[in-house]
Parts: sequence; C-alpha cells; structure tokens
Amino acid sequence: MIHNKYNKEVTGAEALILALLDEGVKDVFGYPGGAIMPVYDALYDYTDKLNHYLVRHEQGATHAAQGYSRVSGKPGVVFATSGPGATNLITGIADAQIDSTPLVCITGQVSSQFLGTDAFQETDVVGISMPVTKWNIQVTNASEIAPAIAKAFYIATTGRPGPVLVDITKDAQFGKTVYNYEKCHSIRSYFPYPKINTESVKQAAALINDAKRPFILCGHGVLLSNAQNQLLALAEKGNIPVASTLLGLSAFPAQHELYVGYLGMHGNYGPNLLTNECDVLIAIGMRFDDRVTGNVNKYAKQAKVIHFEIDPSEINKIIPAEVPVLGDAKEALELLLPLIKTKNRKEWLDRFVECHEIELEKVINNAIEPTTEKIRMSEVIDKFYKQSKGKAIVVTDVGQHQMITTRYYKFNDTNTNVTSGGLGTMGFGLPASIGAKIAKPEKQVVAVIGDGGFQMTIQELGTIMQSNIAVKIIVLNNNFLGMVRQWQQLFFDRRYSFTEMKNPDFIAIAKGYGIKGKKVSEREDLNESIKEMLDSNEAYILEVVVENEENVFPMITTGAGVSEIILE
Amino acid sequence: MRTTYTISIFTEDRIGLLNRITIIFTRRHINILSITASESEVKGIYRYTIVVSVSEETITKLITQIDKQVEVLKAFYHENSEIIFREIALYKISAEALNQNDLFSKIIHENNARIVSISSDYIVVEKTGDEMEILNLFNSLEIFGMLEYARSGKVAVTKPMKTLTTYLKELENNSKITIKHFNNN
Repeated sequence: MIHNKYNKEVTGAEALILALLDEGVKDVFGYPGGAIMPVYDALYDYTDKLNHYLVRHEQGATHAAQGYSRVSGKPGVVFATSGPGATNLITGIADAQIDSTPLVCITGQVSSQFLGTDAFQETDVVGISMPVTKWNIQVTNASEIAPAIAKAFYIATTGRPGPVLVDITKDAQFGKTVYNYEKCHSIRSYFPYPKINTESVKQAAALINDAKRPFILCGHGVLLSNAQNQLLALAEKGNIPVASTLLGLSAFPAQHELYVGYLGMHGNYGPNLLTNECDVLIAIGMRFDDRVTGNVNKYAKQAKVIHFEIDPSEINKIIPAEVPVLGDAKEALELLLPLIKTKNRKEWLDRFVECHEIELEKVINNAIEPTTEKIRMSEVIDKFYKQSKGKAIVVTDVGQHQMITTRYYKFNDTNTNVTSGGLGTMGFGLPASIGAKIAKPEKQVVAVIGDGGFQMTIQELGTIMQSNIAVKIIVLNNNFLGMVRQWQQLFFDRRYSFTEMKNPDFIAIAKGYGIKGKKVSEREDLNESIKEMLDSNEAYILEVVVENEENVFPMITTGAGVSEIILE
Repeated sequence: MRTTYTISIFTEDRIGLLNRITIIFTRRHINILSITASESEVKGIYRYTIVVSVSEETITKLITQIDKQVEVLKAFYHENSEIIFREIALYKISAEALNQNDLFSKIIHENNARIVSISSDYIVVEKTGDEMEILNLFNSLEIFGMLEYARSGKVAVTKPMKTLTTYLKELENNSKITIKHFNNN
C-alpha cells in the first residue's frame, strides 16, 4: 500500500527496507545474524518486492553484489551482521574499492549503549572498513537511517563509483521513526562530476590531430560512464588503434579492425610493445596500474599523454599527463569528437598487424591448437569463445586461468567481462558469477575458475543450489596454484614451495549440491562437453583437467618495461 | 627533497573523519609532525592543520587524496613562507626559580613569555611562537628544573587574502578540482 508508506511510523529496520525499495533495489545478498535480526524480521514482510539471496559466507555476498553491479550498472546491496559478519565483508569491499564498483553494505551493530564495551560480536567495522570504503557511517538512531541510506546510494553510484558501508546499531533498528524518504542529489563537500575544461579538450584534439601514431588505452571508466559508442566513434573517425586494460575489456568490440588487444603483464604483444612507439597516448578511464605499465621509468617516455579521468587524484599519480581532461569520459569524448579530423594512419595500424602476426606464430597458434598430450587452458577458452560466439558474460577468478581467459576470449558484447583486477582476489569468480546471473538472467553467464580459487569460495555452490542460479562453471584444473608456480619456475629456480594442490573430486562435490557436472581430460571430448554445459538450463560444472605446468606468455617480467615483453 | 608543509583541511563535522584523513598518511608511511583540529570561522566547518615533511610530489598527491574524501570541503598546502603560524607551549617549573628572580624575570621578558600561574610549588609559563622560539625558552628554563612541558600543534592562517567563504562559493559553482596544481593545462 504505497500511499501509506510516507509519514508512517515504522521501525528503523522497516525504514531501511522501505528506503532500499525507494532506491529501486530489487536484489540483496546477505547473511543474517544477531545484530541484524530486526532488519531480517522486517524483510520477512517484503519478500514479494525484495529478493534476498542467502549466501554461505559474507565474502560471497560482497562478490555476488559486485558481479551484480558490474553487469547491471546498479549498486549491489549486501546485508551482514556485526562482528565476524562485518569483518567477512572486508575483502569484497576492498576489491570493489580498487575496481570502482558501487556497493551499499548494511551491517548490523550492537546496541549503542554497548558500543566500545567489547560486547558479543562487537567490532569497529566503521574503523576497519574506512581505508577500503568510499564513505561509511554509523547510525545509532532510527530517524537517521533513511537519510544515511539516501547518502549511501548517492555516493556509491556517482562520480568514480565505489563501496559504502552503513553500520546500524540494533537499537536504531528497533527504534520507531516516521518514514519519509528523500533521495540525495547533492552533498556540498562532494563534486562527483568535475566540470570539463573545454580548453583542455581543444588541446587534446590538437594533439590527436597532429599525431602520426596516436594510441587509445581504454579502461573500466569507459564502461562506467557508458562511453562505448563515443569511444568507437573516436577510434573510427581518427583511425586510431584501441587497446584495453583488464577491466576495460568488452568496452570496445574485440572483432573490430581497430582493436589491437589487451594491455599489461600478460596482454598482447603489439599493444605493449607499441606503447613505447606511439607519439600520443590517449588514456581513457584508466589509472596506469603497475600491471599495465610495467616499469614506469620505461613507459611511453616518447609519448605525449592525454588522460581522460573523472578522479582528480588519478591525474599525474603514476604517469604525468601533458593534457589532463577531468570529467566524465562520455561527456568529454562527446566534446572531443567534433574536433577530431579524419586521418589515414595505415602505416601505424600496420605495425600492430605485424606484431599480431608475430604473436600468432610464437604464442597464439600453438596455444589454441596445441600438440601437447594434455589439454591446454587456452584451447578450452578458444573453444568456449567460438561456441558462445563471444556473447557470454564471462566471469573470471584470479590467476593463470584469468589471464588465459582474458587473452583468448574475444569480448564482442559490451560489458561482458567481470573479473577481480586491482585487488586480485582469489575466490571472486564463483560468487561474482551468481550476482551476474541474477542481474542478467537472460544472458549466458560462465565463470572460469582455477582449482585454487574455486576452493576459496566453493561453499557458494550452496547459494546456487538454494536459489536455482543457472550459472555455468568451467574449472580449469592443473592441480597447481598455477600463476605462483609459473613465477617459482621462472624466478625462484623451480622451487615449487606449496603450490601443488591435492584436490577433491569436484564433480562429486557438485553432485552433493545437486549440481550437474562433468570432468573432461581428453581433447576429443572437449567441444561436446562445452556444448553440453552451454546448453544446460541449470547450473553446470565442467571440470577440465589441463596441463600441470603451462605458462602464460607473453609476459612483462618485474622491473621490465612494456617494450621488453617476452614471447616465450 | 623534503620540505615542511602545513596542510589546512576544511571539513564537515563528522565522527571518524579525522581517522579517515590520518589513514591517508599512515598508508603511505608518512609521519604527521603535528596536528590540530578546531571549528573554523564558518560555523559547522572544521579546520584541521597538519604538518608534514615530504617532497613536493608527495604533498600534491596527498592533497588530492584528502580532497577526494566525501566530507572534505577543501584541502590546501602551504610552505612556511606562505603562512602565519604559531604554536603554544606551557612550561611548568619549580617555584624555586623565584629564588633567582632577576634571572628568571629576564628570561621571561626576553622571550616574550608570560607567567600564567604561580603556586607555592610551581610556576607555569606560557609562550607562543614558532618551534625554534619555543625550544629556546625550554632550554633557558631548564636550569630551574622542568616539571612538565606541553607544546601544541601548529595553528596557521594563510597570507593570501581569499577567505574560506569565497572558496566555499567557488566550490558550489565549480568543483573542488580547480586547485592550483591542476591548473597546469
């Protein structure tokens, strides 16, 4: 009865639920416990409007909320109790912070009179989460809940998005208040969208128009500001090659002739090598992460850098910008586009083609059509790519399988890559795929996970079972923590210190959760098994037994510059 | 090269915000030399004054990170030449100093200090000034037996004539990114 909602006396807990509904929230990931019981009690009356997904560990709730947010563009919402419930959120919140993912985390807290007394399940979650949240607050009064939620959503979703946390004491949840929701539209100390300086846009255009070898680096910010079309238009108008960061993948169509590949430590040969040959580097919504730049002292020294960025603290943080353009990427590119002159840059583009030929011959051909006895991870991804036509939402965990997937899956649809980039959180993949599938039930959602990461959050198979989430899971099992093993092989004299794994029977575990699955170890069964997995209407686990000691190449080793990328 | 910078941060009145700001220093392994917090000339807006010794590159990055905090209205940094600053110190010395009254009075007079409390056991002397002046007085008074000594952090006002309210208006019209080190484009 919507008309009764306003000016109605409710408990703080019910005010929270109403506020979430007023923010358009449909799905929540969480786990109940003592200090958040009033909220769960209020939720009981609203399950027709608010879907709650019961995870198996609070970390899973944060990653699910991240997956949900990344594919839907909406903030992910998490409920957890105080103490251990709250501390279990920290990894996911830190991941969301470094990967600019909007989350609204609600934690229960002990009653205000017990604050600071070491009460049962009391922890200073506001203090603990401070370094990893964009903003957080503790609420001790029912009347403060709705305004805090309004601010939380506004801050999480505007400007450079990020996670926020609202800690609500139990007495505030029980307390009575008159519910009257006002959305937050501004905060006087917070300017999420810097006004774009048209002079710098003009300077950027002049640099680009004069450039013989301009090069676009596309980051996550392109997806966050929904600037894919503007980026495409810029590239096409100027005939400018585009490479992507890990989180920028799927912002630019991988099949496009101007797309030259993926940047960074295990990215493609051409875009890394030629970073040090371009004359103008156009960085859009990216932050020059060390995995992208390699040694910064050997990074694009010859180039003039244009940096399109919404967060002022990113400008000049790592790579000095000749022309910084502060503001929303979409808005800035729209201002830039009319100023860009069409230019033939065939010679420059051909350099990328040459590099690609070299990478094909030295790395790719053998990776996707190997002659090894055992299956290689790369051929699994290539076959999965071909069968799904590059249209699946692909969720990866962290490690070799992640680098292989992002190398060999060609993201043809916008915003279909979900991975843990900055924090590199093993255990991210499985719960994130759950959130992604809930946000986009009509899409094929496939998680690709290694045997190590799978076991970090394997309990979320229970969430899949209980909520019937039809995610597909490819477990690439090499019985190793492969990325660490690769480093041990290359830089620690093959001293495989605690990287070999004795694994359980994953298919039996899946069966225990009522999830279908199949284990494949023969190359000839691979295509058919992938088809079976993709065709399944319910969750499905495909375990592929792969080469134990496969290495990911190319590689930029520690201390090396991007142009020192090695192919083998 | 390290320089002493005084950072002035104008903030909303919020529990925990100081913690959020000090974390920015801790995370980068930067020591805070002194810190004070008080309400500014605008009601409800607080002013933190933090002194650090870092390179210019570090200070510019610190300021953008501080400015990025949602409830920070604006952060500035200044070198000593750009600000008027003072510290205050209280020196508690033994009342026996009065036995050498001439010397004691001379020290107080020459250092522009003043006596704020006298009892049968002790005398409390107050001094405002810069770090060096305060330290000089400490050394001079030490001969009388220093019972207790406390020094405040730095408080500072800037020399440029722009008022906080002007900045606040600017903030509302533009955004907080128009700080000086971004105007190089």
